[in-house]
Amino acid sequence: MNQTNLGKVFKSLGSVIGLIGLSLVLSFLTPAFLTVNNILNVLRQVSVISILAAGETFVILTGGIDLSVGSMLGLCGVMLAGTLNRTGSPLLAVLAGLSLGALMGLTNGVLVSKGKLPPFCATLGMMAIARGLAFVYTQGRPISGFPQSFRFFGTGYLGSIPVPIIIALAVFTFAYYVLSQTVFGRYVYSLGSNETATRMSGIKTDYYKTWVYLVSGILAGLAAIVFTARINSGHPAAGEGYELDAIAAVVIGGTSLSGGEGTIIGTFIGALIMGVIRNGLNLVNVDPFWQQVVIGAVIIFAVLADQRTKRS
Amino acid sequence: MTDKNTPLLEVKDIVKRFGGLVAVNRVSMEVYPGEVVGLLGDNGAGKSTLIKVVSGVYQPDEGEIYFEGEKVKINNPMDAIKLGIETLYQDLALAENLNVYSNIFLGREKVKNLLGAIPVLDHEYMMEESRKVLSHLGIEIPSLKNRIKNLSGGQRQSVAISRSVYWNAKLLILDEPTAALGVTEQKKVLNLVRTLSSQGVAVIIISHQLYDVFQVAHRLVVLRRGEKVGERLTKETNPDEIVGLMVGAELVEGSK
Repeated sequence: MNQTNLGKVFKSLGSVIGLIGLSLVLSFLTPAFLTVNNILNVLRQVSVISILAAGETFVILTGGIDLSVGSMLGLCGVMLAGTLNRTGSPLLAVLAGLSLGALMGLTNGVLVSKGKLPPFCATLGMMAIARGLAFVYTQGRPISGFPQSFRFFGTGYLGSIPVPIIIALAVFTFAYYVLSQTVFGRYVYSLGSNETATRMSGIKTDYYKTWVYLVSGILAGLAAIVFTARINSGHPAAGEGYELDAIAAVVIGGTSLSGGEGTIIGTFIGALIMGVIRNGLNLVNVDPFWQQVVIGAVIIFAVLADQRTKRS
Repeated sequence: MTDKNTPLLEVKDIVKRFGGLVAVNRVSMEVYPGEVVGLLGDNGAGKSTLIKVVSGVYQPDEGEIYFEGEKVKINNPMDAIKLGIETLYQDLALAENLNVYSNIFLGREKVKNLLGAIPVLDHEYMMEESRKVLSHLGIEIPSLKNRIKNLSGGQRQSVAISRSVYWNAKLLILDEPTAALGVTEQKKVLNLVRTLSSQGVAVIIISHQLYDVFQVAHRLVVLRRGEKVGERLTKETNPDEIVGLMVGAELVEGSK
């Protein structure tokens, strides 16, 4: 029993140790790394991906996957940009982004739970549809020029902390509470462990399954708000490939793709590891093309290490 | 509610057909409170079909089911569970990644309010209640925070049984409960069945291992090709006779 506890501690600490080791190496290589400004910079850079990854964690914990988060970000971004330009109201723009994300997430959820589609197929379809609609809506041209009150979500500060970081931290705090302390969180884990057993316990599995995709969609809408405000433009190609970064953050954070196992804190660490690697390689002047290679290797290494500790 | 003379469960003339195949043909049986009934038969004898009718997985084509003396219609597994009929299949209905007490409370979690406003899971309460039911049934599990995947087959079986008992199962149906277990573990599960029986829970046990069934069952019901071919009190029969009934070799010894 002690051994399993120890194993558990080690496993949850594995990615933390990786992050600390990485940071130590980088702070030796360049004095620019370990400064408050740079750390805030890394956090701000990972905020959008980490918000997507938080939603992705819910989905993957149930044993599903959401490939559409990047495209949902793109479509929500241009829609809220359009709303903003037409109405001039940041409030309406924010509502448009969130509710469109919720609608797409709900569609994903219903297709998976009621339509019995494999999550991979349902969200792959949604990925193409949302991206296509983003281009249709904008005719391929970015929508830009937003009032300062809206740009606050991407470029503002509360005290000395950038707003995107505060939003991401709030998302993770709430997600931590939901996953570890609520009945919904329990069912997310039990769905991913044994769906039949969950249903036989009288739990409305379709309902809860729909909800995880809904959560992912809403968070994609939220990420769209931060992203659009930050780059001051609603671009139809925004968020392209972000779904893979989000999934990578979840996996590096120790969540099992087969579901039932993992933590939201792990995902946060996973997103940070990716951010630190990108930032660090930039600081030491590594060719950006090589960064992709390094990130890929880290994903493979993280999963290998994870399986090792699980087997022992 | 029920005295010892009213059957807890009574099925009457149950017929279940699959296309042209009659899987269960006019089978009747009773189970009394606290009684352990062994349901025996070769592969394809209709045991599982009969059990699935009782647990709400299948609807019978003919026949009636009475529970605690009242006629009932069991349309789905939830109906059965609400009545107090719990069926435990070999692939146990537990979530492997959740710990022991989370499984015992799965679907019926206890929630408390933090600072009077924020609902949170009441881990302490669920753990304490689980500890009580386990010790009540004489089950030893090192830590209730252990995840199910770290438990042995017998311990998992015990957790699944305690879960049913905690939620007031009156009739437990165990499908091959000892099939995947080592010898010591088999004994523990059989002891647990005895404990349940002594506490008034009725048990139907399906098993290929005649030896196990003879150890715990009060009464044996034998099916062959969808029909009931015999019913014996355990102390008045022997394995040879039962095997004869199961395979149909022995038609002399007064099967009806």
